[in-house]
Amino acid sequence: MNSLSRRKFLKISGATIATAAVLAGSAKTFVKASKKISERKGLEIIPTYCDLCFWKCGALAYIEDGKLWKVEGNPADPLSNGRLCPRGTGGVGAHYDPDRLKSPLIRKSLRGEEKWIDVTWDEAFDYIAEKMIKIKNEYGPESVALFSHGIGGSFLKHLIRAYGSPNETAPSFAQCRGPREVGFELTFGDVVGSPERTDIENTRCLTLIGSHLGENMHNTQVQEFSRAVERGASIIVVDPRFSVAASKAKYYLPIKPGTDLALLLAWMSIIVNEKLYDAEYISKYGTGFDLFVAEVSKYTPEWAYVETGIEPDLIRETAREMARYKPASLVHPGRHATWYGDDAQRSRAIALLNALLGSWGRKGGFYQTHSFSIPKYPYPPYPELKKESVHNPNNKYPFATGEQISTGIREATITGKPYPIKGWFVYGTNLMQALPNQNETVEAIQNLDLMVVVDVIPSEIAGWADVVLPESVYLERYDDLNTSPFKEAFVGIRQPVIEEPNDQKPNWWMAKKIAEKIGLGNYFPWKDVEEYLDTRLQAADLSLQELKTKGIIKAPQQPIYFEDGAEPEFLTPSGKIEFYSSQLAEAGFDPVPRYTKHPDPPPGYFRLIYGRAPVHTFSKTQSNPLLKDMMDENELWVNTDIAEKYGLNHGVYIKLKNQDGVVSNKIKVRVTERIRTDCVYMVHGFGQKSRQLRSTFNKGASDSELITKYTIDPLMGGTAMNVNFVTFEMEA
Amino acid sequence: MARFGMVIDTKKCVGCQDCVIACKTENKVPEGHDRDWIVTESHGKFPDILMEIRTERCNHCSNTPCVSCCPTGASHIHDVGGVVLVNHDLCIGCKACVESCPYDARFIHPDGYADKCTFCIHRVEKGLKPACVEVCPTYCMHFGDLDDPNSEVSKLLQSRKYHVNLPEAGTQPNIFYLI
Amino acid sequence: MHEIFTTRNNPYVDPIMAMWEWQIPVYLFLGGMVAGMMIIAGYFLFSGRHKESNCACFSIPFTSLILLSLGMFALFLDLAHKPYVWRLYTTFQLKSPMSWGAWILILVYPALIANILIRPSQWMINRVPKLSEIAGKIQQHHILIRNIGILNMLFGLMLGAYTGVLLSTLGSRPLWNTSLLWVLFLVSGLSAAAAYVHLVAKNKAESELLAKADNGFLVVELFVFVMMFLGLLSSAKPHIEAANLLLNGAYAPIFWVFVIGMGIVIPLIIQLLAVNHKVKHTPIAPIMVIVGGLILRFVIVSAGQYSHWFNAHFH
Ligand SMILES: Nc1nc2c(c(=O)[nH]1)N[C@H]1C(S)=C(S)[C@@H](COP(=O)(O)OP(=O)(O)OC[C@H]3O[C@@H](n4cnc5c(=O)[nH]c(N)nc54)[C@H](O)[C@@H]3O)O[C@H]1N2
Ligand SMILES: Nc1nc2c(c(=O)[nH]1)N[C@H]1C(S)=C(S)[C@@H](COP(=O)(O)OP(=O)(O)OC[C@H]3O[C@@H](n4cnc5c(=O)[nH]c(N)nc54)[C@H](O)[C@@H]3O)O[C@H]1N2
Ligand code: SF4
Ligand code: SF4
Ligand code: SF4
Ligand code: SF4
Ligand code: SF4
Ligand SMILES: [Mo]
Repeated sequence: MNSLSRRKFLKISGATIATAAVLAGSAKTFVKASKKISERKGLEIIPTYCDLCFWKCGALAYIEDGKLWKVEGNPADPLSNGRLCPRGTGGVGAHYDPDRLKSPLIRKSLRGEEKWIDVTWDEAFDYIAEKMIKIKNEYGPESVALFSHGIGGSFLKHLIRAYGSPNETAPSFAQCRGPREVGFELTFGDVVGSPERTDIENTRCLTLIGSHLGENMHNTQVQEFSRAVERGASIIVVDPRFSVAASKAKYYLPIKPGTDLALLLAWMSIIVNEKLYDAEYISKYGTGFDLFVAEVSKYTPEWAYVETGIEPDLIRETAREMARYKPASLVHPGRHATWYGDDAQRSRAIALLNALLGSWGRKGGFYQTHSFSIPKYPYPPYPELKKESVHNPNNKYPFATGEQISTGIREATITGKPYPIKGWFVYGTNLMQALPNQNETVEAIQNLDLMVVVDVIPSEIAGWADVVLPESVYLERYDDLNTSPFKEAFVGIRQPVIEEPNDQKPNWWMAKKIAEKIGLGNYFPWKDVEEYLDTRLQAADLSLQELKTKGIIKAPQQPIYFEDGAEPEFLTPSGKIEFYSSQLAEAGFDPVPRYTKHPDPPPGYFRLIYGRAPVHTFSKTQSNPLLKDMMDENELWVNTDIAEKYGLNHGVYIKLKNQDGVVSNKIKVRVTERIRTDCVYMVHGFGQKSRQLRSTFNKGASDSELITKYTIDPLMGGTAMNVNFVTFEMEA
Repeated sequence: MARFGMVIDTKKCVGCQDCVIACKTENKVPEGHDRDWIVTESHGKFPDILMEIRTERCNHCSNTPCVSCCPTGASHIHDVGGVVLVNHDLCIGCKACVESCPYDARFIHPDGYADKCTFCIHRVEKGLKPACVEVCPTYCMHFGDLDDPNSEVSKLLQSRKYHVNLPEAGTQPNIFYLI
Repeated sequence: MHEIFTTRNNPYVDPIMAMWEWQIPVYLFLGGMVAGMMIIAGYFLFSGRHKESNCACFSIPFTSLILLSLGMFALFLDLAHKPYVWRLYTTFQLKSPMSWGAWILILVYPALIANILIRPSQWMINRVPKLSEIAGKIQQHHILIRNIGILNMLFGLMLGAYTGVLLSTLGSRPLWNTSLLWVLFLVSGLSAAAAYVHLVAKNKAESELLAKADNGFLVVELFVFVMMFLGLLSSAKPHIEAANLLLNGAYAPIFWVFVIGMGIVIPLIIQLLAVNHKVKHTPIAPIMVIVGGLILRFVIVSAGQYSHWFNAHFH
């Protein structure tokens, strides 16, 4: 601790103890509780929930003599069952990250040059408030947009709505699961959601299409996956790369990238033609089945073989295999679905295949979720919105529902149409890595009058900000309650387990302070976040104190399968599972998915595909000392034959050049049999260019940098990113 | 006499390194050092590949070159469960034990002593499982007394096929990999 | 294709074992050479030749004392936990060659000092006149001198053997895992010691004698090498791979050129010619032998650490 913060800390703790003494009924416990954590002795275990990804597992933080020691899963938590994933276990590294932002910063030279002046919080807020008021006066409040990913942004969302803007987005839709949600909603009238409502634990046949569980470490899914493996469930993996999941599979289908829809159609045609579907389920819940049959029955495995490279017999065998175990046969919907531009239709095909198997609403398929209902805080009503969001002008993408299209807001910021966007708040999302085509992101930023980034480290996007606000990491703050929909309803709390090492602050405090500066203090009527949480919890007959000690409170179990009494409800226009979608037909799209061919890489080029490493989350964990220790750079997977042909040795560094001439950082070659010869693979999130991220600067290469091209899904505006081709640049 | 060991199901392990990170935080293993690690081994030509993923650490061998070679008695066999441990206050950091281990399971801690997996004996003696076992999200690690025929580990070895690492080195490792 | 990846990354262990750097080979070499010198000096004392030779008494043991201390210092430098070095002497570990080594050193020093005391140098006597008195007393007892000789030979033998046993008991390194390593190191130590005496002896006959002895040692050393490789090559795969590291692998150039060529064969030829009076004795051959002996220790320690039952880092 530096001397400044020590002085400040003495002042603050003195003050709290004094207040506590005044308030004290049971003085002793109160004073003890309000004592700085770092001054306490002995071992304390404080529950909270993890923020290393969006799964929000319940965790227990261990504080040993006032120092953060470790985090473990909270056994009471149904998401983690007491076991965190590697990132969650490494969460303590977020607190100890030497690269953390320490104080608010204001830009001193050109945007992106990463030259800063350290300022006080008050100075930072004055700067922001002045710009926000100016933008409101000149352009209207709609001209400020918020990009916010994760639960931490909830107070900023409230701020931006109170301010009067409808523009609030995240990369979780148009760069992630948007197409999947749309495809499923079109079919079943409901989304898959997060956490995915997949009953992997009870499935007897699990089909994974790209879903690389075991590398994708979404905790509950991985735990259930291992149980499925143990129980001997039949596992079918479709991936151009021999993933970890593939190594556990009974059938591995080494598909040519971009052709999954052909495989799905062939599978459906076999199931339909051989009448292997769940006829009772379909007649009870489905509609448009005959039209659907007429369309899909023509796709033969022989046809699909030409597209996908997968042997017709293998296609037949796997179709029969998944049908054998219906309805406990789950075709996983995937999550990051923005691959080729026909993703909503591919996802719809996955939904339809599941519908054939009768797995939606059934044990071993997709269960029905429940969430704890906790009333919202009784805020005053928001000001009426005068304009619609800019994310999807004229409803260009008619099925972009649920969330807004991040790249749509970026586009509006570039073009100024339908109206100018002049301010960006960016919370917890590294837009430089998350959005395709970095040039467009920079172009948009250059049109702004105000660019605020709230982050915990000097991320690449922070480098482009006017004001950078350093946030406390999740272990140091309260956030809103977690009431994720799951097999059982529960509520989880995030609470501070340790103090911030420097002058970092929690987001709720920032939102409240900014609101007060711009005359919106009435929207933040609570004294502090504890009062906010207490109010909400009391409205649900819960106690903050109890939740703080337990971390998790569960509601009574309710049925989650149709067969156990869960109410089948399909919120489609027909109220049924739509095998044929009139909505799509009316909007001029294929009512039953059809195959579209995607261009192949030109000679000498390879399709760039990417994915997850178990120990990292996107671009946010590379400087975490514990996780960096596990993996500090990514590698380029190159098939052995290709490596031999191009003279690439295992372990050498090369660069990649994409179809638009963009050249990457250098990246280490991993020569392996575990990938096809027409594509190369890397883990997303590396190759970061923020110079202040000393420990991770330029380590590995960035897929995002090479994704200059993207194809937009005409249904919902998702940006498909698996459409870039790269070639090797030897001299590294 | 108990003989502690691990039985690890390679069919379930996904190589996520959670066990490695849990070990690091639990045991305050310094940055850049690993008491446990993941080995991924594959054979074959794409797409016909066989792959095994294993989490490895000191095997707490029954035959211990690392203990025999130690000139100070720092490397020793603990009286509970036959766990192989290093007494930091006796270790001179001569590295003989590091050289002697066919699994390269040891390293020199920045504080100067030879370090390696302790089977989390500090936890085990309190009735807890080792940190790596406790964290594993695939439940593929099992810890217990191999000399007790009724223990979970013994039963797994009775019912499944398994291998050990480098049996030819003659160390009689006590970590078994189910295949 | 067979692919193996490991996430382990421990310093000096991964990707290949390199825990022991220069200190250990230097220590092993100096230990081996001192052992050789003790055996030679001990033999001189035992056989009564010390009276004629100027080296056997004082010079060899005194040099040994210095070299051994340097070796010990190198070993000390290698310790990662230096302040605890005394822990070596609060225990005796029966199965640990290193523990044996520590205690052998405790025996070696008095033996060397006893040898020195038989005929201390003028310089020492000037400082500590009493030494001359002690030396006089020792010289009156031939049995005592013989016994000092025996002890020097015995402890030298133990010391020399120990330098090899230290490595060969570390069964994890196939290259070291040969029961001939101690013989190799012992013979190599003897040859380096003989070379040293050959080099420094002022007495012609003594120098000549040691040159002849050295030739013998070099021939034996070559023979031990052959036997050692035969042994390794007829064992398990890791041993074959270990042997090949030296014979035709990564370490082959340095092994063939510096250890076999310049360390044994060439000096052997030169010295054979010299003892047969075809050429004059020059310091070249003995220096080559000594340097070759040092390089031998480096090669064996380094290649041994490289050799492995199972190398998870190959690809
Ligand atoms: N450790 C870790 N886990 C995570 C995350 C993380 O950052 N770190 N992020 C989470 C989030 S938000 C998401 S969205 C998910 C994403 O994870 P998933 O939804 O499981 O996977 P994707 O990103 O869609 O795809 C990556 C896999 O698809 C394969 N692939 C590439 N192209 C094709 C193709 O054309 N066809 C087929 N069939 N396969 C293809 C790749 O080889 C790779 O195995 O991961 C989640 N889990
Ligand atoms: N090229 C490419 N693009 C992708 C993907 C891909 O695989 N490849 N994946 C897509 C998918 S599936 C998704 S879900 C998105 C994910 O996109 P993002 O959610 O933007 O993910 P990150 O890149 O990890 O950026 C998170 C940012 O939040 C910051 N942060 C971390 N913790 C905190 C905190 O406590 N408070 C605050 N204020 N900030 C914090 C981090 O430092 C980092 O700058 O990316 C999408 N874009
Ligand atoms: S899945 Fe892992 S990173 Fe995500 S919340 Fe759970 S423990 Fe944390
Ligand atoms: S935590 Fe479990 S699944 Fe993950 S690598 Fe370790 S043993 Fe394997
Ligand atoms: S694995 Fe190595 S360190 Fe562990 S007991 Fe066996 S030989 Fe000793
Ligand atoms: S390093 Fe320590 S534990 Fe290992 S052999 Fe030497 S003294 Fe014993
Ligand atoms: S048993 Fe304990 S010390 Fe050994 S690897 Fe597991 S966590 Fe680490
Ligand atoms: Mo995502």
